[in-house]
Formats: sequence, structure tokens, C-alpha cells
Amino acid sequence: MARITAGIATSHVPAIGAAIDLGKTQDPYWKPVFDGYEYVKEWAKDNTPDVVILFYNDHASALMLDIVPTFAMGFADSFQSADEGWGRRPVPVVHNHVDLAAHIAEQLVIDEFDITLINDMDVDHGCTVPLSLVFGQPEEWPCKVIPFAVNVSQFPTPSGERCWKLGEAIRNAVKTFPEDLNVQVWGTGGMSHQLHGSRAGLINEEWDQRFLDLLANDPDELIPITRLEYLRETGTEGIELIMWLAMRGALGYGVEEKHRFYRVPASNTAVGNVVYEAKSKE
Amino acid sequence: MARQRLYPLADLEDIPGTKVFTAKRSREAYHLHKFCMSLMKAENRDEFRADESAYLDKFNMTPEQKQGVLDRDLNKLIELGGNMYFLVKLASTDGLSAQKAVSTTSGMSADEYAQMMLEGGRSPEGIRSIRDKN
Repeated sequence: MARITAGIATSHVPAIGAAIDLGKTQDPYWKPVFDGYEYVKEWAKDNTPDVVILFYNDHASALMLDIVPTFAMGFADSFQSADEGWGRRPVPVVHNHVDLAAHIAEQLVIDEFDITLINDMDVDHGCTVPLSLVFGQPEEWPCKVIPFAVNVSQFPTPSGERCWKLGEAIRNAVKTFPEDLNVQVWGTGGMSHQLHGSRAGLINEEWDQRFLDLLANDPDELIPITRLEYLRETGTEGIELIMWLAMRGALGYGVEEKHRFYRVPASNTAVGNVVYEAKSKE
Repeated sequence: MARQRLYPLADLEDIPGTKVFTAKRSREAYHLHKFCMSLMKAENRDEFRADESAYLDKFNMTPEQKQGVLDRDLNKLIELGGNMYFLVKLASTDGLSAQKAVSTTSGMSADEYAQMMLEGGRSPEGIRSIRDKN
């Protein structure tokens, strides 16, 4: 049977992708950020999954304009890196695990998540920057990836509680997939940041650190946080953290925190990265 | 029975200096955003650079939105419904980093803004709520 073995959460700041692509990771500005990711890069070598279910938000690259799905799963065989205005990132094509995605879609509807499937889309930095941070710059990504897009940009967005339940439903779906697969779930985005107006540049380290303190072992305290609180406390884009709750919800009750990293700034954003291994490997 | 809201919808407008991107704002800026997303193709970026006004006339934007684009006035465009994830494609076309683009909306110079970020960013103290002044 398939099983969720581990979860990763990471910010997906586009400038991080540019720093990798332009060979600037050892520049004084960037080195402290990339040093923080050395752990997960090493860990991933020994813990390469068969499939990653990757929660991210599309940044007006494939979605947000004509169609605004709350929860949408990539269903194409493969996904190219999007041209976000400066050309496509030079990264490998993302290959899907369509059979698992189809199974998850079936199970999610049974669990009352009426999911949108996307048969044609490019994936933007929200999806590709986490892959680069964890897997570096390989010729091909070492595993299949199911891109799972969450609307965190246009209100009404889903709540943190709803994302948590989505994670739980995905956990249940994966557990009933008959093939023997090692599956990881990644939550991306965050931490605190706001990208416009007189509050632009907002960073709430105290709030972010509390979120990191509670996510591994006391996530129940994070589930009821309202969307309004995310906006007020962590900035209009800090609400991306609800995708970390989807990741954590998919891991089940007990996790072992293998790594935690927090750094300000990367561009406009507080960067966070955690690595959790599921205690229950079923 | 419908579930109760956890907070009044109007509270989304109670955050200082912040325009929460709602479905209504998305509607107002639809054609502006259509223009922004067109810049995801190199040939369109070239065409826009060659004659900005002529290119903008291909889109059903309001005159104010067109002027906002020509002026690169991102705050004005946000006032007119725009969202940074779309607008950053305009900035990218100009070769501006996301940080520089964001800084133009902050009332600070790019250097001041970059320095503030290096020093840990902007504190949330006093700018959580217009009503509560906290």
C-alpha cells in the first residue's frame, strides 16, 4: 500500500529560484538562506520518495484570472515551468503520477472535497522553487510530483481548518492506494510577508516562531486561526501558511521534527523550512 | 442553516494600507490582469515595449488603468483592483525584481525598503487594525 512517510514545509520565494538559476547561492545576501537548506538537501538524498504531493499556490500564471479554483490538482502527464515574465526557469519538467492523482480525486469526492482537475497547465515558482531547494539542480526531478494548487490569493480563500481537513482526506486517500509507494507531502509558501502598500515588508517573527513551535506537536492550536488573523498578523501573503496546515494534516498525529530553519529576509519574505517524519509509517 | 461568519466581512477592509484581493476587485481589474498575463510570452513583451499605448489599446482596460500602467504606478493599479501577482509580470517585463516592484508601493525608496528588510522587516506593531490602532 502507499504511505505518507514524511512532510516538508518551505517558503517558495521567486527570488530564491532566481538566485539558484543565476548561480548566486554563495553571495553574502543569499548564503545564510541556502545554508539553512543544506539539511533538507542531504536528508532528501536518503529519503527520496516515489511521489511528492506538493501544495502550492499559483501566482497568476495558470490560474487566478479566468478560473479561480479553491482546490485544484494537476492531472496532466507533465507540467512545464511557467514563463512569469522573464522566461521559463531552467528546471526539469515536472512529471505527474496520474494513477495516484486519479485515486486521490475519487477518494476526495467521497470525503466531500469536490476537487478541480487541471489537464493542462504550467507550474510557477510556487511549485518549482521548493523542488530546487530540496533536490538542487538535477537533470530530472528524482520523483513524480502531483501539483496541488490552493487558492490563497483571492478572497474567499479556504480556511486553515479546511486545509487541515484536506490534508487528512489526502492521507486517507493515499493509504488506500494499492501500489506500494513512498509518498511525501509538501506544504509551501509563507512565512510572514506582505507585497503591497504601506504595510509592504511586514515580518512578524514572533508569530512565525510560535507557528513553528506548535506545528509539529500541537497543531490543534493552529487549526482555528482565522483568515483575518493571518492577514493582520502575517501580511496578505502570509496566509500561504494554511498550506503548511494541509501538509501537517496529511501526516497524522505523531511526527518527529528532523529540522527547523527560519531566516529573514529573502527578498520581501520570512523564510521557513521544516522537515517532519511521520511516526506512523502506515 | 448557513454557518456563521467568524468575523464581519467588512473587517477585511480594516487593515491599514492594505487592499485585500477580493472577487469584486478581481472583476474590476479583469482586463488589466488579462494584459499582465499576456506578458508571459516573450513576443508580447517585445510588442508592448515597442509601443506601449498601442499594445494597451488591445485590452478593454479603463483609461485610468492604462495610464497607471504607462506611469508604472502600482499603487494606483492596486487601487483600481490590481493584485501584485499580476502586476509583478509588468515589473518583470521592465527587468525589476519583485522586491523593487513591491518597494514602489511602500512609500519608501528601493534602498530604504531593502535596508528595512535586511534589518528584519516591518514590525506589525500598530498596523494590525485601523479600528483598534494596534
